[in-house]
Amino acid sequence: MPEPTEPTSECRDALHELYGYLDGELTEERRAAIDRHLDGCQPCAEPYDFEAELRAVVRRKCQEKVPQSLVLKVRAALAEEQARRR
Amino acid sequence: MADQATFADQTMDLMPSLYAAALRMTRNPADAEDLVQETYLRAYRGFGGFQEGTNLKAWLYRILTNTYINSYRARKRRPDETDLSEVEDLYLYRRIGGLETALAGRSAEEELLDRFTDAEVKEALESLPENFRMAVLLADVEGFSYREIADILGIPIGTVMSRLHRGRKALQKQLYEFAVAHNRAAPVTDDANA
Repeated sequence: MPEPTEPTSECRDALHELYGYLDGELTEERRAAIDRHLDGCQPCAEPYDFEAELRAVVRRKCQEKVPQSLVLKVRAALAEEQARRR
Repeated sequence: MADQATFADQTMDLMPSLYAAALRMTRNPADAEDLVQETYLRAYRGFGGFQEGTNLKAWLYRILTNTYINSYRARKRRPDETDLSEVEDLYLYRRIGGLETALAGRSAEEELLDRFTDAEVKEALESLPENFRMAVLLADVEGFSYREIADILGIPIGTVMSRLHRGRKALQKQLYEFAVAHNRAAPVTDDANA
């Protein structure tokens, strides 16, 4: 495989559209074009992988366990509301 | 037209993500619990107006967000309107990215990212000014589309995109500062040479 050289206009487009791609906001056509570019361009694929991994880490580490007391409080509040409406 | 009798069945599974979002918004467990409870009550009362078959999660988030803005944020003397300083694109990648792949099959980069603790990631997100925090939370943690975020927050899509762009960079900068503070990354003194 040839060594990557200077960034091309395709590289610039790919980086410009990185978040659109990760956010699932690109057209099928643009998405496929970027996939093809990333397959052959390691310098562009790296930040894509990095940002995707970072996204996954942020999502995973921001999860919370709901206190059981809150579940019970909400259920009680809903039941009370329902009873009031009868 | 949705039936109130099925409200709890349809919505209780969404409580973990609503509670997590409430915590990021209020930054306080007691307020987050109150906010979730109030959101469920308001949603229950308004459930008759929810169009069955449309996005229930986005609908609940809109109520959560409005309840937060109307009830909780109003308690603060002044709304949080801080702006963000400019941060370069790919801030974190340019500092800790591009590491060699480890033999274990997991890249050194992934390992480094995974060493951020839950508390650090939450704190980094909570450090963002509110407008940016909400956009990043809805997109990166909850996975809503730009259109859904625009509807939830009642702002144009272009505003969603610019808040995401700047909020994400600020989040990366904060994470990087945690990594440096705990000696997991080298400090950068001259941003222009990074």
